[in-house]
Amino acid sequence: MPETVTVVVNGISVTMPAGSMVSAAILKTGITAFRRSATGEPRGPLCGMGRCFECRVTIDGEAHCRSCQTVCRDGMDVRTDG
Amino acid sequence: MADALVIGAGPAGLAAAYRAAQAGLRVTVVDDNPAAGGQIWRGELQKPSSREAQGWFEKIRSVDIKLINGARVFQQTAPGTLLAETPEGVCELSYRNLVLATGACERFLPFPGWTLPNVMGAGGLQALVKTGLPIEGKRVVVAGSGPLLLAVAAYLRGRGAEVLLIAEQASQLRLAKFGFGLVGKMSQAFSLKRQLRGVRYLSGCWVTAAHGTDKLEGVTLFRSGKRWQVSCDYLACGFHLVPNVELAELLSCVVENGCVQVDQYQQTSVENVYSAGEATGIGGLELSLVEGEIAGLAAAGKHDDARSLFPVREQQRKFAKLLNNTFALRDELRQLPEPETIVCRCEDVTFGRLREHSSWRAAKLQTRCGMGPCQGRVCGGAVEFLFGWRAESVRPPILPVRVESLIRSAE
Repeated sequence: MPETVTVVVNGISVTMPAGSMVSAAILKTGITAFRRSATGEPRGPLCGMGRCFECRVTIDGEAHCRSCQTVCRDGMDVRTDG
Repeated sequence: MADALVIGAGPAGLAAAYRAAQAGLRVTVVDDNPAAGGQIWRGELQKPSSREAQGWFEKIRSVDIKLINGARVFQQTAPGTLLAETPEGVCELSYRNLVLATGACERFLPFPGWTLPNVMGAGGLQALVKTGLPIEGKRVVVAGSGPLLLAVAAYLRGRGAEVLLIAEQASQLRLAKFGFGLVGKMSQAFSLKRQLRGVRYLSGCWVTAAHGTDKLEGVTLFRSGKRWQVSCDYLACGFHLVPNVELAELLSCVVENGCVQVDQYQQTSVENVYSAGEATGIGGLELSLVEGEIAGLAAAGKHDDARSLFPVREQQRKFAKLLNNTFALRDELRQLPEPETIVCRCEDVTFGRLREHSSWRAAKLQTRCGMGPCQGRVCGGAVEFLFGWRAESVRPPILPVRVESLIRSAE
């Protein structure tokens, strides 16, 4: 198994240790706003375990994916909504 | 069809699965996360951090168990049949015996600024770091309540974080009493103490506000009548734990005071449905393991073997009681939210709007509190503490799912 994977977050390539979650990759790029709330506040991950839904982003075109429960795959296209 | 279907691959679920498989049952374990281990052993399947974790992973590998990861159970179609959503589609899970080992999550309490990015749960930040977030050189305030704060602070420090302080809301007096009853846990406490040398541990201290514009820049702390500000990159803040009971509720298992009710063999009010670990009440790793073992043995009809573990469970339950008394939340925390502080993060419902209502049902109808994607999983623990409201019922699907999954469940 390769030791790193590279995903693309809002057009920025970021290399992570294999097995990393998408949420960690997003934060590594310096982005902290994963989405906007109902009233437009910036939001990022809270629970880290798939329950709060604050970390949801668009992954390979699929909206509302929980980035903290999605493992990075090479070439994955991640878009935040923040 | 599984002889025993276990929901949750944390310590309780793994212990139940191991005991049931060892007794000859066909066992399937289903978990929402990408790998087994639950929260406490997250990411440790390949590299266990303790001898105990290693031992349990070896046990699990020594028996024949079907493990399905990345699957979240969202509905029951008929008694004995559950549906789970996986990245590949919906899978149907049928069983003779069910073990609900759904664990717990952190209790989050609202205070001004708690919705800012980089304010996270204590376990939340730890999970992120375990799954690839670089934390080296970052300034972290760890706050809230419970033994998890110490474990998280030690872990983050080990990964190079600058842990500025640990703010524990429980008073020194309560903690001292706890220490007194801690005999069996001394070695664990000592090893943490060594890892945390030089980190300030402030009892009777809590965060009253988080500051920042687009993300967290600092926090205000309160202790003994004094307020002060600290600049930081992350706030890791959780107020002990809350059992995850929505699946048990969906299956009509009796839940009281937020805990799944079980008999001496860990069976719920529904026949052949067992529950073990934090879902039945917060008690920590050792209690989860022994409850899991008892549930697995009972599901396999090995009641004598199960009974032999009762004394261990009794001892751990005493410890759990002490733990929960020690970290009981102080009343002052109810004063933290301002009228404009958001309580329900999914629907952006403020404390001021919720305060106008007399029950969660009324608040839901008028404000949509708890009706967003998390379905009250985050604000539920907060409104319970702030207003004494508890969710009255759960409805399927218990998690947001794809339309295809809903169609499948209606077929």
